[in-house]
Amino acid sequence: MGNDAVFRVDGLRKSFSHIEVLGGVSLQLHAGEITVLMGANGAGKSTLVKIISGVYDHAGGTMHLAGDNFAPNTPAEAIRAGVVTVHQNINDGVVADLDVATNLTLDRLSGKGAPLLFNPGRVRREARAVADRMGLAIDLRARVSDLSLADRQMVAIARAMAHQPKVLILDEPTSSLSSAEADRLFSLLDRLREQGVAILYISHRMSDIRRLADRIVSMRDGVVSGVFDTKPLDYEGAVNAMLGRKIHLDRIEARNSAKPVLTIEGLRIAPSARPISLTLGDGEVVAVTGLVGVGKTALAETLFGLRKPLAGTMALNGKPYAPDTTGEAIAAGVFLVAKDRGENGIVGGFSIQENISLPFHKRMSRFAVLKRGLERATARRQIEDLGIVCRSEKDEMTTLSGGNQQKVMVARWMAQDARLFILDEPFQGVDISARRDIAAKLRASANGRATLLFVTELDEALETADRILVMSEQTIVGEHRNDDVDLDRLLAEVAGGPLHSAA
Amino acid sequence: MTLRDYAIRYGFIVLLFGLIAYFAIAADGFVSPQSAVFIFQSVAITGVLALGVTATLVVGGFDLSIGSVATSAMMAAAYVMVVLEQNVVVAVVVCLLIGAIVGLINGWLIVYMRVPDLLATLGMMFLLVGLQRIPTEGRSIATGMTMPDGSVANGKFADAFLALGRHRFDFFIPNLIPVSVVVLIVLAVLIWFFLEYTRFGRMMYAVGSNERAAELAGAPVKAYKIWAYVISGVFASIGGILLAARLGRGDIASGNNLLLDAVAAALIGYAVLGAAKPNAFGTAVGALFVGILLQGLTMMNAPYYTQDFVKGVVLVVALVFTFALSGRGRR
Repeated sequence: MGNDAVFRVDGLRKSFSHIEVLGGVSLQLHAGEITVLMGANGAGKSTLVKIISGVYDHAGGTMHLAGDNFAPNTPAEAIRAGVVTVHQNINDGVVADLDVATNLTLDRLSGKGAPLLFNPGRVRREARAVADRMGLAIDLRARVSDLSLADRQMVAIARAMAHQPKVLILDEPTSSLSSAEADRLFSLLDRLREQGVAILYISHRMSDIRRLADRIVSMRDGVVSGVFDTKPLDYEGAVNAMLGRKIHLDRIEARNSAKPVLTIEGLRIAPSARPISLTLGDGEVVAVTGLVGVGKTALAETLFGLRKPLAGTMALNGKPYAPDTTGEAIAAGVFLVAKDRGENGIVGGFSIQENISLPFHKRMSRFAVLKRGLERATARRQIEDLGIVCRSEKDEMTTLSGGNQQKVMVARWMAQDARLFILDEPFQGVDISARRDIAAKLRASANGRATLLFVTELDEALETADRILVMSEQTIVGEHRNDDVDLDRLLAEVAGGPLHSAA
Repeated sequence: MTLRDYAIRYGFIVLLFGLIAYFAIAADGFVSPQSAVFIFQSVAITGVLALGVTATLVVGGFDLSIGSVATSAMMAAAYVMVVLEQNVVVAVVVCLLIGAIVGLINGWLIVYMRVPDLLATLGMMFLLVGLQRIPTEGRSIATGMTMPDGSVANGKFADAFLALGRHRFDFFIPNLIPVSVVVLIVLAVLIWFFLEYTRFGRMMYAVGSNERAAELAGAPVKAYKIWAYVISGVFASIGGILLAARLGRGDIASGNNLLLDAVAAALIGYAVLGAAKPNAFGTAVGALFVGILLQGLTMMNAPYYTQDFVKGVVLVVALVFTFALSGRGRR
């Protein structure tokens, strides 16, 4: 293969304010092949896609399309040159209030040579030609807002294909599709592959990857960490390259627990998922790992009363536990540090002190009047306890670094004693020292409660947990005591297939 | 603190004192107890409405229906006493109920029907403007009026009710402080304490700043939002009661400026002391600011359209203070 690549990227670099996001990425796409790009959050996938599609410019390296230098300044330039991208958010690719025909020909409405007047007849003729080429069986007069997500996705891809590009980039196209809908997408992609389009397919779903991939490229920390193109493809190797251990930082002493705190029986969190049963013990730190989109957050939200399980029961300290609201969960002693602190945690404009006291107003007030002295004392204690770097408890959150903001989020929920303490991706966007501080604090304070972590990165699980559970397809598929973990088996479980030796 | 910080924090207070100083020189008789009381009286009703709308601003909403809730309450008070010949307690209770019910409907539309706040309360505003005129077929309500069916309404405003708008307490000088000003001060202190010192107020700010974070902290976010609109509705109806008591009749032509003045006061409040958020103290100062401006301009014989123009300028400048200078507009 090597040199007959339609599209090649060599040594691409990109930094955002001194933080290097891409550190010399090289990638080749071949005509008539689907190349799958894998990588955890923050690995640099999105940045790479945005550079290729002309949204960002790059600081170093070159790109070539069919032998010619390719350096688009705008998305429109990239499209004209023959590189089109369908972004993750389906609704970015279509205009909901227009009909399908107009959507399919939208890019011809503007730019050089576009006619002054809108001619519905011509639009429909052109749209018909595009739809036929793609084998698209959708009523061209239907409004896009009336279509299912899968149909919108098809329209977005068909619209992209109307340019007859040489390279098509799909960013997590199945993340909101059902498996039947995804099958329709796959047969469309098969068709495009036969037509000789070079496709770059970004996904976390192993079932998609197994179905489609001709080659797999794994990314990690802004560099390509593995390329797999000999058949049969080494899926575990690809997952390992994306998530596997770099260096082992701290070995931890795995503890056992005798006293159960939370018991889950036959819990189902998605319609076709197998039920989950597990027990969490007092003093135990358990990490649930798995790829993005396998249901980790859904499980966390079910435990915290944000969504209802489809089946099954939960018991906390031997008593039935079925929270209807987050308020009930908190009252029962179940606390959640939600993922994505900016979105789900931080109250902007509130000081550190006010952010810490947020869930416990009732316990910190008399006749509904907040006891400010107690509030301040609690905040000071927590700042001291977690080593939050700040001038005082009155500081605003925006003045803190990412790691310290995350410490405030953890401090908020450690201000009171939990029975079950859940942390969803607590180490995301956190520097290494803050991450170790938080992990050490969690382990040191673990007695008296059960601690449940949801993490994508294996290292994070191996550094903090006594026990590691693996999730795949909305259920738990494996369990490991963090004590000479069989990494091959663990990676095979993450990759979601039967264990077989690497090819 | 840099000069810029000082400008953000104290700019508006300085402007307020500058304004007072200017009118003291330019307008004869501006500096006198009577003039001060007149200003307080003129801002009382607007101020009560502005304090209510502050509650909805705190949870990240907005209430455009306050003006029409106030006039509806005024018409209802007149109808209850003049046409139905009921006593003062019934009249007040009916008004407060109207405010609470409108608030509940607003909250329900916004929280459960997912209508954007501006549109829901705009719709409610139009609805109420029409509704309040249906019982009398568009006529103002006063003792001795002829009803649509030809009968004559013989009820009259109770003295106790009129006292709400007309009685004055002695304060160093006899007959100085009107009841409406006392009502304003009491409500301002109440809502200020509620927002700043109780856990409910704190959580309302959290809901307004990051709804998702508030929910994940265990707060019943929907209930908080609905309560904010109920507070707004009830405060607006109190404003309506004061208006009816001052006028002594149900006047369909009055209350046109209430919405604009109240919203201006609440938004000017963002800029007071660099708060950059809705707050009761700022709202009170904002209402005072608008009141002083209008009183001063009136004493200088500026026509009403000039006054509207100046009010608009002040509002725009205050918003620039809040959003551009303090750099918090993105929140």
